[in-house]
Amino acid sequence: MNGPTPFWLSAVYVALVFACAVGLAAGFRALLALAAPAGLARTLRTAPLTASFGLLVILVYVIAALFAPLIAPFGEREVVGGQFLPWDSVHLLGTDNLGRDMFTRLLYGARNTVGVAFITTGLAFSAGAVLGLLAAVVGGWLDQLLSRTVDVLMAIPALIFALLLLTILGTSVVNMILVIALIDSTRVFRLARAVAMNIVVMDYIEAARLRGEGLYHLILREILPNAAAPLVAEFGLRFCFVFLSISALSFLGLGMQPPTADWGSMVRENATLITFGDVTPLLPAGAIALLTVAVNFVVDWMLHRASGLKE
Amino acid sequence: MVARRLGLGVLTLFVISLLIFGAVELLPGDLAQEILGQSATEETVAAFRRELGLDLPAYQRYLAWLGGVVQGDFGTSLANGRPIADLIGVRLGNTLFLALYAAVIAVPLALMLGILAALYRNSLFDRAINVVTLTSISFPEFFVAYILIVYLSQTGFFPSIARIDPDAGLGEKLYRTFLPALTLTLVVTAHMMRMTRAAIINLLASPYIEMARLKGLSPARVILKHALPNALAPIINVVALNLAYLITGVVVVEVVFVYPGLGQLMVDSVSKRDITVVQAAALIFACAYVLLNLLADVLSTLSNPRLVHKR
Repeated sequence: MNGPTPFWLSAVYVALVFACAVGLAAGFRALLALAAPAGLARTLRTAPLTASFGLLVILVYVIAALFAPLIAPFGEREVVGGQFLPWDSVHLLGTDNLGRDMFTRLLYGARNTVGVAFITTGLAFSAGAVLGLLAAVVGGWLDQLLSRTVDVLMAIPALIFALLLLTILGTSVVNMILVIALIDSTRVFRLARAVAMNIVVMDYIEAARLRGEGLYHLILREILPNAAAPLVAEFGLRFCFVFLSISALSFLGLGMQPPTADWGSMVRENATLITFGDVTPLLPAGAIALLTVAVNFVVDWMLHRASGLKE
Repeated sequence: MVARRLGLGVLTLFVISLLIFGAVELLPGDLAQEILGQSATEETVAAFRRELGLDLPAYQRYLAWLGGVVQGDFGTSLANGRPIADLIGVRLGNTLFLALYAAVIAVPLALMLGILAALYRNSLFDRAINVVTLTSISFPEFFVAYILIVYLSQTGFFPSIARIDPDAGLGEKLYRTFLPALTLTLVVTAHMMRMTRAAIINLLASPYIEMARLKGLSPARVILKHALPNALAPIINVVALNLAYLITGVVVVEVVFVYPGLGQLMVDSVSKRDITVVQAAALIFACAYVLLNLLADVLSTLSNPRLVHKR
């Protein structure tokens, strides 16, 4: 890893990686189709390669996140050698700016970064979806109040608003989770309300209302099952946005705090290596990119299937 | 129609200023106490409060702040006591320069690719571009930036640090800021291109386009004379939305390339908890965002004679 790689060589690398990805995706799809029960198997067999590649990547990340302590050769915060050691058989991906094992921290990063993003998305999603459905069903002043509040909050660009709120509250992981959850829940609210608005005018909702069903039943039994497909897709997309915002904030030094292993801050901490032509700091950034791409591919496929009429 | 939209825009700007000012007021406890820390004595806190004008009621402070902002006076920085207008002046120019630079490359490129993909939809070209754009949308800005640094800066083509002299010539400036501008271009083009493609495909499905085709017009004439005038409104919207997105993208990119812009100032001020500077920066970013959206709405209204001459 010394000196810049010539351009043609990296083109060959990219082509090789792409070929491997296609092969893996095809293999994984066949495997899934074999393992799944009959009904699901057909769906999986006809899934596009991008989608099965996405599923495979997500699976690998989940395994890395769950079993990080078992796979990792060293401790998350353990200083194991000199600073910026090159790749070798002991330290697979070398060491970072404080002499911690890069491979180990990448694995733990899956746990921390993806975990926090998942929690944040969950918060944003449940708050946004519940309020959005409620606004659509109840209507009237509650709808006006919530919708106008959301309009105001959405008038400021998300990252800028997050920076403003973090200045006021102070930078910490909990604050970051809350701030991003708040900002992203406005976007979920918009979608949930729009989807539910189309459903509340249906005859079967009218019928349920005339039967005297309560609010709880209306939302949970009548609307939610019919809004599930777009909402699940939105969860995937929202996860990508949240994940990218968290990484951006951590990269700016305003999110996860050291010594926690986190992909965004790992890029920041080791960025100096890049100026020496070493690509190691690109690995955590690539890990972020790969997961977002994977989730996007899967969501794209689900949306395509759910809508049926898209294009 | 246009007048109403302009009025709404002014209202939005007002609400944003209120929100940015008011967010600080929501802080539990006291700004002076928060900044000075627990160990500060009663007298220092009281003196600091007087200095900030915190002893006045909130609406008076808001009016004073807003009055100052309108005249270009943003108050003084909490961290170093310098007037914020001095800190911002040159940096705002730099940021606008970078955003404009990126836009000049990105907009024509994205429109061209979008139209091509729409024309040859479902071809190999369309599919390839679909995968590439979906992938690049999912990349964090700093990943794109560092990849460009590895390939274009390590090989000695362009500088990786975009430090610019205020009195450098335009050519020199363009050369030094090429990598940050290219990063922003890559991030925005994908999105813009996808939306252009969708808008045009939507249009090509309408009956009058089929009519034009059946009359035997050449494909170029169908696109330029029949489709394009009607696609203007969606395309204007697409462009403006993405220019607005550039504004937030600029923050991360400026930090990566150590570019002396407003975004970098904002990030620095967030970690220093310099609330007045962050407020000023947030206000400027948010105003640019709102104004771009406003411009898009006005322009797309003007591009549609049916909306201009409403009966």
